[in-house]
Amino acid sequence: MREGEDEWTGLMRSAIAGDSAAYHRLLKAITPVLRAAARRGLARAGQPVDQSEDIVQEILLAVHLKRHTWDADAPFAPWLFAIARNKLIDTLRRRGRRVFVSIDDFAETLADQPAAETVSAGEVAAHLNALPARQRDVLQSIAVESASIKDTAAKFAMSEGAVRVALHRGLTSLTAKLREG
Amino acid sequence: MDTDQLIRTLAADNSHCARPVGFVLALALLAAAPVSLLLFFAELGVRPDVMAAMHNPFFDLKFAVTLALASAAITVSLHLSRPEASLRGYGWLFVIPAGLLAAGIGGEMMLPQRLPMMTRLVGSNSKVCMTAIPLMSLPLLIASLFGLRHGAPAKPAVAGAVAGLVSAGLAATLYASHCTDDSPLFVATWYTLAAALVTVVGALAGSRMLRF
Repeated sequence: MREGEDEWTGLMRSAIAGDSAAYHRLLKAITPVLRAAARRGLARAGQPVDQSEDIVQEILLAVHLKRHTWDADAPFAPWLFAIARNKLIDTLRRRGRRVFVSIDDFAETLADQPAAETVSAGEVAAHLNALPARQRDVLQSIAVESASIKDTAAKFAMSEGAVRVALHRGLTSLTAKLREG
Repeated sequence: MDTDQLIRTLAADNSHCARPVGFVLALALLAAAPVSLLLFFAELGVRPDVMAAMHNPFFDLKFAVTLALASAAITVSLHLSRPEASLRGYGWLFVIPAGLLAAGIGGEMMLPQRLPMMTRLVGSNSKVCMTAIPLMSLPLLIASLFGLRHGAPAKPAVAGAVAGLVSAGLAATLYASHCTDDSPLFVATWYTLAAALVTVVGALAGSRMLRF
């Protein structure tokens, strides 16, 4: 478990230095842990666990948009669990449940990470349609059609810079819409 | 959207790197400062006998207290903008302005005074103080909240309260140069009440604005 966490810290340092592949690996590695914790949190709050993937996606978005608040000299796991805990509490509160979420919920799940699987969730997809056209098109292209930034730029006759801007704005407004519920 | 797709999309956005919270907070405060300064110079202005007043250690102490409060609050707010942070290990910073003020009160007690204690405490500017500090705080409070929104505070109300102290400390520094009440007893009473008011507003605003 220690080893896994140290690996996360290393991957996040590389990610911040600009290594997108390391960042991708890190997000893949933390997802099963977040998923197990989200399920546990929902179960404890008496909520159907099939909504856990919405929470996982919300946590991933928050990790992404707030990663500049991580101190690169500190271990990554406590920061991650703090973000995750906050999102989990927030989501449950929005659904009218007040629960106590322990940081241990996350730490415990580190020991037995379930096999990686990909799961679909509805909330992000639903809000995607409400985005401004350009942001939606760019996100659709990159997320759903797996196009690269370069291909997306060519497809919409945009500069790569403009695609990057639309992508980031899209992710930011998506997060804002999720927060509004 | 499935989670793998989302992850791929986030990785594609890795090249976007956000500014540190401290940078955004500093920028926001610099943008708001002219508004507070304008309010100050339009309505109050520096007291006319400021040159003479600077020789009075109790006049100077006001700035030491308010600036100590502002810098403690800025340090704490930046710390709290990280999700895993708590007040522990940082809350003591607020002891510095409080300690300076207490030392000032003690010092004044030991010196012979022309005016009785209650007269010094009540002063002659309490109403202006209670109005001016919160009003001049307002632009700075909005700026602090805006800056902290860029962070990820785990306790939005606490972070908002500290944002209130940032703005109250800065506004009180301006106000101190106008006010002719230099007694630490006056400062401890009215400045504290004004700052508390701004802190409550900050906490209320923060609990809504600083959730991420």
